[in-house]
Amino acid sequence: MLKLILNRILVAIPTLLLVSVIVFTLQKILPGDPVLTLAGEERDPVVLQYLRDKYHLDDPLPVQYGAWVMQVIQGDLGKSLRTDVPVTTLIAQKLPVTLQLASMAMLFALLIGIPAGIIAAVRKGTYIEMGANMVALSGMSVPGFWLGILLIMLVSVQWQLLPASGYVPPGQDLWLSLKTMVMPAFVLSTAIAAYLMRHTRSSMLEALSADYVRTARAKGVSPRGVVLHHALRNALMPIVTLVTLLFGELLAGAVLTEQVFTIPGFGKLMVDAVFNRDYAVVQGVVLVVAVGFIFMNLLADVLYVLVNPRLRHA
Amino acid sequence: MSAITIRSRNRAWAKFKANRLAMLGAVLVLFFVVVALIAPLIAGADPFKTSFTAIRKAPSAAHWLGTDELGRDLFSRMLFGARASLMAGLVSVLIALAVGVPLGLIAGYFGKWTDAVISRFTEAALAIPFLILAIALAAFLGPSLINAMIAIGVSAAPRFIRITRGQVLAVKNEDYVQSAKALGASDTRIILRHILPNVMPPLIVQATITIATAIIAEASLSFLGLGLQPPNPSWGSMLNTAKNFMSQAPWMSIFPGSAIFLVVLGFNLLGDGLRDALDPRQKT
Repeated sequence: MLKLILNRILVAIPTLLLVSVIVFTLQKILPGDPVLTLAGEERDPVVLQYLRDKYHLDDPLPVQYGAWVMQVIQGDLGKSLRTDVPVTTLIAQKLPVTLQLASMAMLFALLIGIPAGIIAAVRKGTYIEMGANMVALSGMSVPGFWLGILLIMLVSVQWQLLPASGYVPPGQDLWLSLKTMVMPAFVLSTAIAAYLMRHTRSSMLEALSADYVRTARAKGVSPRGVVLHHALRNALMPIVTLVTLLFGELLAGAVLTEQVFTIPGFGKLMVDAVFNRDYAVVQGVVLVVAVGFIFMNLLADVLYVLVNPRLRHA
Repeated sequence: MSAITIRSRNRAWAKFKANRLAMLGAVLVLFFVVVALIAPLIAGADPFKTSFTAIRKAPSAAHWLGTDELGRDLFSRMLFGARASLMAGLVSVLIALAVGVPLGLIAGYFGKWTDAVISRFTEAALAIPFLILAIALAAFLGPSLINAMIAIGVSAAPRFIRITRGQVLAVKNEDYVQSAKALGASDTRIILRHILPNVMPPLIVQATITIATAIIAEASLSFLGLGLQPPNPSWGSMLNTAKNFMSQAPWMSIFPGSAIFLVVLGFNLLGDGLRDALDPRQKT
């Protein structure tokens, strides 16, 4: 077990390094001289040269990359060009907001996607299955930001049931926090719920046609018992790993959801940085998301072994 | 073309035709393609013409889908918006194919260190969520439709590298490839004549589904102001303005969003149907 984890971590290191290369390359495709953007209106040659030295811009690319990576490893992602606040501080402030949003969205997705998938598999070939498939495909096709706008128009403006935007920390007022978050979390969950439904369905279909299910039926286990105890247990195994991987998708989807509902999270941080041409922040966000995603991958591998006793001693 | 490939093609077509949802998808896609092509013929009004006497008017006989905050006819802007959306979907996927397929073929066929380098890079690129990478690329490239398409295409390319490589590995040791090699065929010939045709079915399926993803991605980038620039109409940027008038002019949000939803649903249904018909091994 420990060996497996160590092995995965070793494999993740080159991936991490390459991600850093990609993120580093991003700033290099920026047209124009970055120093001119940094220095602002007054283009004092002394300042320009100072900035060039500071960011190693006169050095060859590999040297520049090396210097940048050394900084990043020490936890220094640079400073926001606008506010001069360290990028790591900004990310640390905004990340909890997005994690709350993403966790609630994942909860919704599980509550919708898994039962729907089970029902679609059990009712294979009926209109119920076709309907469930259609709903899932619609969930995958609807642009989240538009669904958000529609819900705000209906639920907040027309019916005045839920707040249209903003964020309340759960520590301050838990009930209000959940009320503000429920709509964005639902919007964010649609695509993931659809994905989970489709995977649960196919995984269930496979399990339902397995020998052990036939055996269970033959020895007289109730249809309900067969589905819930025999088929579902095996069908959910791949779903566990899928859930960890889908968390990365949630972070990406949060970018637009937070924009529509004006939630001051990680995604909004990125979009605001894009508008302000605050490239250090954009880079920092991309890097942190990628590292998070690689970590989730690692977790998925470990979880897969944990939930699957057959692999535990392999 | 041998009799066997014709027969399997007929079987795939028969399977596709019998799938009602897939046909619905094909009809939806065809509808939007036709609309985009003949937009100038049916638009009626100039999509750029502002009118300060017709600001944010609800749908009526004069303006079927109403007007926007500058009094422009929404129906005409929707029609021309179809062009931006479909072009973005198609061109980004072509870029993704142009980058991804050759790299996947090379990685799968030559193996060894070539494969190691390409595969590690693919994994690293896949570690950055698609939309985040697309937004970051578009931000660094600068806002325009072409840059948005490049950003989306490049971000989607790793998926095509992975699929192509996997498929090449699956067929590379088949007898017909080995015998072509024994007969002295060049690597290029083997890759193009013997391997590529077998890689096509899953690629067609993936390309169709990626068009759907790319259309949503383009709408998302435009919604954030990183796509087609005003005053040119795109569904995403129309929604961006519409969100400021949610209570005063709901039609400004409803129509462009429905259009994105329907065209993406069309491509997703089509992709699902194609997968069932062409590539039955791969489910979900």
